[in-house]
Amino acid sequence: MLKYSVKRILLAIVTIFIIAAITFFAMNAIPGGPFAKEKAPEPRVQAVLEARYGLNKPVGEQFIMYLTNLLRGDFGVSLKTGREISQTISTSFSVSATLGAMAIVVALVFGLLLGSIAALMRGKWPDRTIIFFTILFVSVPSFILATLLLLIFSHGLGWFQVWSVTETNYTLPVIALALYPMSYITRLTKSSMLDVLGQDYIRTARAKGVREQLVIAKHALRNALIPVITYVGPLTAYILTGSLVVETVFGIGGLGTHFVSAINNRDYPLVMGTTIFLATLMVIMTLVSDLLYKAIDPKITFD
Amino acid sequence: MSDYHPDQIPQKKPFSLQLDVSKFEPATAAEKEQHDIMRESTTFFKDGMRRLFKNPLAVLSIVILVLLIITIVVAPMVVPYGYSEVIRVNGQRDRSVTNLRPFTYSQLEQQAIDEGQQVFPHIFGTDELGRDYFIRVVFGARVSLAVGFFASMIVLVIGLLYGSISGYVGGKTDIAMMRIVDVIYSLPDTLMVIMLSVVLDQVLGDSLKGTILASIGNNMLSLFVVFGVLYWVGMARLVRGQILSIKNNEYVLAARALGAGAGRIIRKHILPNCMSVIFISAALQIPSAIFTESFLSFIGLGVQAPMPSLGSLANLARGGMQVYPYKMLFPALGICLIVLSFNLLGDGLRDAFDPKLRR
Repeated sequence: MLKYSVKRILLAIVTIFIIAAITFFAMNAIPGGPFAKEKAPEPRVQAVLEARYGLNKPVGEQFIMYLTNLLRGDFGVSLKTGREISQTISTSFSVSATLGAMAIVVALVFGLLLGSIAALMRGKWPDRTIIFFTILFVSVPSFILATLLLLIFSHGLGWFQVWSVTETNYTLPVIALALYPMSYITRLTKSSMLDVLGQDYIRTARAKGVREQLVIAKHALRNALIPVITYVGPLTAYILTGSLVVETVFGIGGLGTHFVSAINNRDYPLVMGTTIFLATLMVIMTLVSDLLYKAIDPKITFD
Repeated sequence: MSDYHPDQIPQKKPFSLQLDVSKFEPATAAEKEQHDIMRESTTFFKDGMRRLFKNPLAVLSIVILVLLIITIVVAPMVVPYGYSEVIRVNGQRDRSVTNLRPFTYSQLEQQAIDEGQQVFPHIFGTDELGRDYFIRVVFGARVSLAVGFFASMIVLVIGLLYGSISGYVGGKTDIAMMRIVDVIYSLPDTLMVIMLSVVLDQVLGDSLKGTILASIGNNMLSLFVVFGVLYWVGMARLVRGQILSIKNNEYVLAARALGAGAGRIIRKHILPNCMSVIFISAALQIPSAIFTESFLSFIGLGVQAPMPSLGSLANLARGGMQVYPYKMLFPALGICLIVLSFNLLGDGLRDAFDPKLRR
């Protein structure tokens, strides 16, 4: 377990380092520096400025500077607004984090519930209905789902207000974000539940005369949960990237909206900073879910 | 045994375990019949296809996909409009031709019809620039399917090469190659796609102008590059696993004993035995590529402007959504239908071909 954890953590650190390297060298590859404008400063002034920001140093040294800055939480400055990127991230991420956390909870709770129902009523109409809808939801891109929800429930039926400073109702964005992972978890839970229900210890428990609810809750569900835990890492990644689109559609001023507008404004430092931030978050969540998986189920051995 | 003769039963030696043939009686006709071959022997592939065609959902999805492909091939031949062509009536520009509803005509077109001319109907109406929307959706579906297809081909080729080398060579090479895969696998793909698209778009700039690649556009090119760099790892893992399990079979050992080289063994013995599994998972890459493409189109990194894709059409339609909801509906339905069919087909293929699921 210790060896595995160390290996896994090392891999995560290498991954984060590679992400930082890719973003840095990609940013360097873009033609034109920060002073390449129509009103370029005098060459003398430019040299002073470049010396001040370390732009005249070799690329390798700049990369090390960049890494140390990242470690200190300094992501640089936005090209458009001139604000610190770390500040933009810290103020806008709380909205995205709230939305994302709600979506994760909704996806997990309903996914587990529906998956268990589908497994327990295998082949009957609840199972068929649930599986039909999960296949359907897996096939709808999040931005189309978000747009349709907005069109039907906000503009059409008027059940939900359009997002504004005073009106912050998370219902529709959470639904738009959670339906895809929920469907995935439902299918995952169903197959792992069916797997567990066929095990000998379930038959033993039933033979002992344990009540059916207890068999399901204590013996089946607990073991069926294990594969779902590995999905928490990809789930976070999905929610974070899906959030880019869903926030933009609903006009929520979270990190996703900033990211998408930074892409359209060609605000490279902001794009890079946000990429590194989100990527690190995803790598950490994957690491946590992998370690949890290993800790919970000692039967599983990794080579 | 060369001097064996059925009539001469060899003498049974005392305490010998040799069977006494005289104690056996010949099989009757009915018993012989049991050994007749009732059905043609079937291959793994044929058997899988038979199972696949018994699955109604899979058949439905095949029918939908075939219909879609026929539509996107035939429609541009039938419909007289181009995807980037602003509609003109008798060479005259018509102001009222923009944002038409489905199956309606502009004033000039109505005039022309009244004069007895043939005007091809606008099945999905026209867009805000006066282009026929049906043909745009058709071309959008073409682009989306092509992107999905090529992306999955790239994944297939790279993953196949890498995975087969890693799995076949084994040992330290395998470990080193799989470490690289592990690292690439743990990169968050969507974010990397976004970032590389942003950067490649700038780096490539106008350097493609005049070449064939220019018509695909920088963004699509970078999408392919990203698929080639990032998405092949899943395929490589799958191929490696398949090869590892097949490599130790006796027929591979026999081939090696007869002096077959590594390349021949991979091509002739190993790949044909894992092809079905590999092709299925390549087919399942198509919807995920279409998803990625539509996602990129949404955040403004999709195909080049006059060229439509289902994702970019749906994104453009968001603007006037409350007034023209059908403009959103057609490309959205297109994406959903394509992805749904591929998902159902993939499920069906997996059920049909996965030996573990057999009863």
